[in-house]
Amino acid sequence: MAVTKETLETLTNTEPARPRWLQAAIDFTRKRPLGALGAVIILLMTLIAVTAHWLAPYDALATDYGAMLASPSSQHWLGTDAYGRDVMSRIIYGSQTALIVGLGASLIGGTLGALIGVASAYFGGRIDLIVERFMDVLISFPLIILALAVVAILGTGLTNVMLAIAIPMIPRCARVVRSSALAVREMPYVDAARAAGFRDSRIVLRHMLPNVMAPYLIMVTAFLGQAILLEASLSFLGLGVQEPVAAWGLMLRGAAVEFAETAPWMAIFPGVAISLAVFGFNLFGDSLRDALDPRLRTQ
Amino acid sequence: MAKLLQVENLQTQFLTSAGVVRAVDGVSYDVDEGETVALVGESGCGKSVSALSIMRLVAEPAGRIVGGRILFQGRDLLGLSEEEMRDVRGRDIAMVFQEPMTSLNPVLTIGRQLTEGLEIHLGMQIEAARARAVELLGMVGIPDPARRLTQYPHQFSGGMRQRMMVAMALACNPKLILADEPTTALDVTIQAQILELMQDLSRRLGVAMLIITHNLGVVARYADRVNVMYAGRVIERGTAGEIYANPRHPYTLGLLRSVPRLDEPIRAKLDPIEGQPPDLTRLPPGCAFAPRCAYRVDRCAEVPALTAVGAPGHLSACWEAERLAKEVAA
Repeated sequence: MAVTKETLETLTNTEPARPRWLQAAIDFTRKRPLGALGAVIILLMTLIAVTAHWLAPYDALATDYGAMLASPSSQHWLGTDAYGRDVMSRIIYGSQTALIVGLGASLIGGTLGALIGVASAYFGGRIDLIVERFMDVLISFPLIILALAVVAILGTGLTNVMLAIAIPMIPRCARVVRSSALAVREMPYVDAARAAGFRDSRIVLRHMLPNVMAPYLIMVTAFLGQAILLEASLSFLGLGVQEPVAAWGLMLRGAAVEFAETAPWMAIFPGVAISLAVFGFNLFGDSLRDALDPRLRTQ
Repeated sequence: MAKLLQVENLQTQFLTSAGVVRAVDGVSYDVDEGETVALVGESGCGKSVSALSIMRLVAEPAGRIVGGRILFQGRDLLGLSEEEMRDVRGRDIAMVFQEPMTSLNPVLTIGRQLTEGLEIHLGMQIEAARARAVELLGMVGIPDPARRLTQYPHQFSGGMRQRMMVAMALACNPKLILADEPTTALDVTIQAQILELMQDLSRRLGVAMLIITHNLGVVARYADRVNVMYAGRVIERGTAGEIYANPRHPYTLGLLRSVPRLDEPIRAKLDPIEGQPPDLTRLPPGCAFAPRCAYRVDRCAEVPALTAVGAPGHLSACWEAERLAKEVAA
């Protein structure tokens, strides 16, 4: 039987051509709907943070003494706080603080940790032993305690809070990346790079580091949610970003505690924002870990 | 011809919980300019370690070069600083590894891996390095080199990767290439192609090669001279033709007899060497091959030196080399 032109076309064109990134996104959503939900939350949050200027109905810092502790209404959808500042506007602007500190701390901590982990694995021997024991000491402190100690040394403020959250992340990322780098260290291409006369620094940065990108990305995304939570905790304790900057943790503090019974919206809505953000980042981080794990890829 | 590489009384040891492993125990050999020399021996006889010692890439602190000299163009490589040694690696002496599947970095493009050495050792600009990379890939017989440069190693087959390894080794016009089992991981048909390619390029470019292998077929076809190693020592040396026609050491003879031959009846039995290779932490005093040797005599309790036998340049470390020659001839 002769093959008609039409059958050939239906055979070769079973699926409409899509851009590769779109296809990848569709596959990810189909396989990991929860991860996609996390990604949507993150995207929304990023969008809100970027467009805060246009989105927020009020200035986050503007006080209105005629409308202090106003309950949610058509004027102030999520109510106002003890200074008459619009809670919704502060939550919208607060997303900027959360994202900046979260992303900044994860990237700084993750990158430094990855560098230390790979270098430690590459040099091995005594250097590895000393670096690892030092990391053990750092890791033995709970995240918040170490962050508190760093803030106590550096002082408060946005940059210092970022560093305070990044530093406890370093040993955690270093340990995970090192274990992957140990396997990479034994690969013949690392010996080949040495035989080609490359410097140690070049081998670590250009040859080994790109091979441990998967654990690095997983650690960074997994830590993002924690970093946001940690920033909120520090701010709540008065050791994070300072008034009058809009930050979720800060909104839960002070008057919010005082008026918790009469004006619960002051505490509930920032709390919801924190939970949602952390939930979104954790869902996405977990799914990314599964997606990048070659042993789970066939499922 | 001038000596390019002279290894003199090289001793490399590994400290393990079981004791000191004398992986290379007083080995001497040399390579002339443009010559192809083979190091032959079974697994664990120290041939790879001796190549790594030349590059000073023995894994420290467990492994150490404890004695000897490695003269390359008259300079003792063991006396160089780490900085100077890095300039030698990749530029003067290049290495081709056994595993083409894992010797290329999976996350770097072929082009990047080829140009990196050129930029570092020869100070080439990106454009010049890329042009040279295209030329190199063409030279090792990879079609459409310009497009191939943008690809990753997983897009190459095993044979092509080994061609790529050869191209990387040749990149900076080295004087010597150390090829550690260059064809062991390849199909038999591809093995021949790679060896032909290496031989052809080494002749054309005048690069000397030290081929490390356990494959006697490789040696017979491609090596000018052969060093047979056993338990960390060279036990016989000569031209490839001499070694094949007139082996003067019982171990070499055993190796040759344990290779199946096409020109013998199909049902002829192979003649394996009795016993096991010795434990390198507890070498017997005297000749290490003595416990497995059919020609053993009382004098084997002393280590025999490499001495001239028969044809010029043919050396054997066996007390009974003469008797062996007579019996084999008979």
